[in-house]
Amino acid sequence: MTTKSGTQKVEAPPALTEIRWHGRGGQGAVTAAKLVAELALGQGKFFQAFPEYGPERSGAPIVAFTRVSDAPIQVYSGVEHPQIVVVLDPSLLSIVNVTAGAPDDAIVLVNSEMSPAELRRHYGLEGFAYYTVAATRIAVETIKRPIPNTPMVGALTRITGLFPIDDVVAFLREDFGKKFPPKVVEGNIAAITRSYEEVQAE
Amino acid sequence: MAVTQPEILAVTGNEAVAEAMGQIDPDVVCAYPITPQTEVVQLYAQMVADGRVSTEFVTVESEHSAMSAVIGSAAGGARTMTATSSQGFALMWEVLFVAASYRLPVVMTTVNRALSGPINIHCDHSDTMGGRDTGWIQLYGENHQEAYDNCIQGVRIAEHMDVRLPVMHMYDGYVISGAIGPLQMLTKEQVQAFVGPYRAVNPMLDTKNPVTVGPFDGLHGWYFEHKVAQNRAMDRAFKVIQDAADEYAELSGRRYGLLDPYRLDDAEIAIVVVGSTAGTTRMIVDKLRDRGVKAGMVRVRVFRPFPHKEFAQALQHVKVVGVMDRADSFGAQGGPVFMEIRSALYDCDPRPQVLPFIYGLGGRDIFPDNIEQAFAELEEAARSKGRASTGRRYLNLRKD
Repeated sequence: MTTKSGTQKVEAPPALTEIRWHGRGGQGAVTAAKLVAELALGQGKFFQAFPEYGPERSGAPIVAFTRVSDAPIQVYSGVEHPQIVVVLDPSLLSIVNVTAGAPDDAIVLVNSEMSPAELRRHYGLEGFAYYTVAATRIAVETIKRPIPNTPMVGALTRITGLFPIDDVVAFLREDFGKKFPPKVVEGNIAAITRSYEEVQAE
Repeated sequence: MAVTQPEILAVTGNEAVAEAMGQIDPDVVCAYPITPQTEVVQLYAQMVADGRVSTEFVTVESEHSAMSAVIGSAAGGARTMTATSSQGFALMWEVLFVAASYRLPVVMTTVNRALSGPINIHCDHSDTMGGRDTGWIQLYGENHQEAYDNCIQGVRIAEHMDVRLPVMHMYDGYVISGAIGPLQMLTKEQVQAFVGPYRAVNPMLDTKNPVTVGPFDGLHGWYFEHKVAQNRAMDRAFKVIQDAADEYAELSGRRYGLLDPYRLDDAEIAIVVVGSTAGTTRMIVDKLRDRGVKAGMVRVRVFRPFPHKEFAQALQHVKVVGVMDRADSFGAQGGPVFMEIRSALYDCDPRPQVLPFIYGLGGRDIFPDNIEQAFAELEEAARSKGRASTGRRYLNLRKD
């Protein structure tokens, strides 16, 4: 009784949003998955965030999941049919089927310098709704480190409308403020607001 | 009594349990600090270093030594806790029996993970299901909240004078232990009031009343009677576990039973399951009910002592019961939970069919579809005139 990921339509009720994160070890995909869960908590929603566990090697492909829901979340398996796919490293598009199991109307957000149209041509991508944002460049310019995770959350905020951007900024100021020096906090806020503005739709 | 709801936190299962331990603030924690140990012990060490707890934290060179040190500490007269997982639990094996037979009210967190080999660090229940005959009480939690709640209730159960047995409480490795989920905590004052002050019984450090613990008891000794006494304590534990849960409900608003039934009253087919997969199963029960299928579920919360009467009562009217085991007992008729359930239902008339399902070994994911397939098999067995084969069914087993 093997469950193979297919391309059938999501059966989950609309109140449940399922996100699958594709990144490489060291890019902060798991942290981003958790950040979105914490933002959901701030909106009074239910949440779940977890990586697909394996040996953690820098640069190796990794997968993480976030669920956000209006009702308590009972399902504990990996996300099979994500409505939203976030790709933190465009090189994964050549080696991983990032849209496996995603419904036809799924959103795919890719960290790339290309426009969605250029991305489609370059990788031969079909179907789904692609969005791009130059998250690594934005991270280097704002946080001074090539870690694209927080900029990707900024872009995700824009295209999904899961949370108001002002709430995201307020959360970062408070939560990151407890853990990091002001320079890091402001860098992350700049990264999120810039990617919120710069994300490209088709 | 009105219960004010505390704020919801976003934490991992391990963080939830480390917080519970911190609020219990035991006298001593003895633990092996290296893999296969979980983050629980690392987080607790941080609390000790930060002065958040008054615990004496003892690190040792192996899990065998960890349990040995726990026994020494508890026999000395201290409220003692530890945590382990997987191979670490396996290495504790021979001393687990000693802790139980000395009637030491230790509470141990065990994060359920696979046993080698092949080497695998992921979730299944092979570790503690193998330890079911060690004489420890076993509580299996479903999610972050219950992992926290069971840890706190474990102290009351273990230390009750009708019981005085060690308690291990479990939750699913990674699925709960490493995943972020919601948690509502009690205050430390509430937890302290609930667990109460520790009462040591015949502590070895009471030098005015010297006692011997664990001496040689030869062929003509009382070993047999001692074992019967352990089993009687297990029988008394049913009530103590339920009383502790009821009192905890007053405090938290969260109710727990020996078992956790769901839409079972008029069910014709039902699944028995342990741990986080209960959540996914409940979702499928709702889906089937919407289609008019009389499906139900019951989650095993207490596995030792096994509440066989309650299970018989809960399942006696069901036509076909599927038991989902996340551990196998090689060469037996089915997994450990299957054998308990089938035995519990033997005296029912008419006797429900009980079918064994094995799933999730070594962290193999269990998807909603897999559980639907299991229910479909139960439906088919319920419709057919003869009794279905009791051979193992494997869920999400690779065919290639």
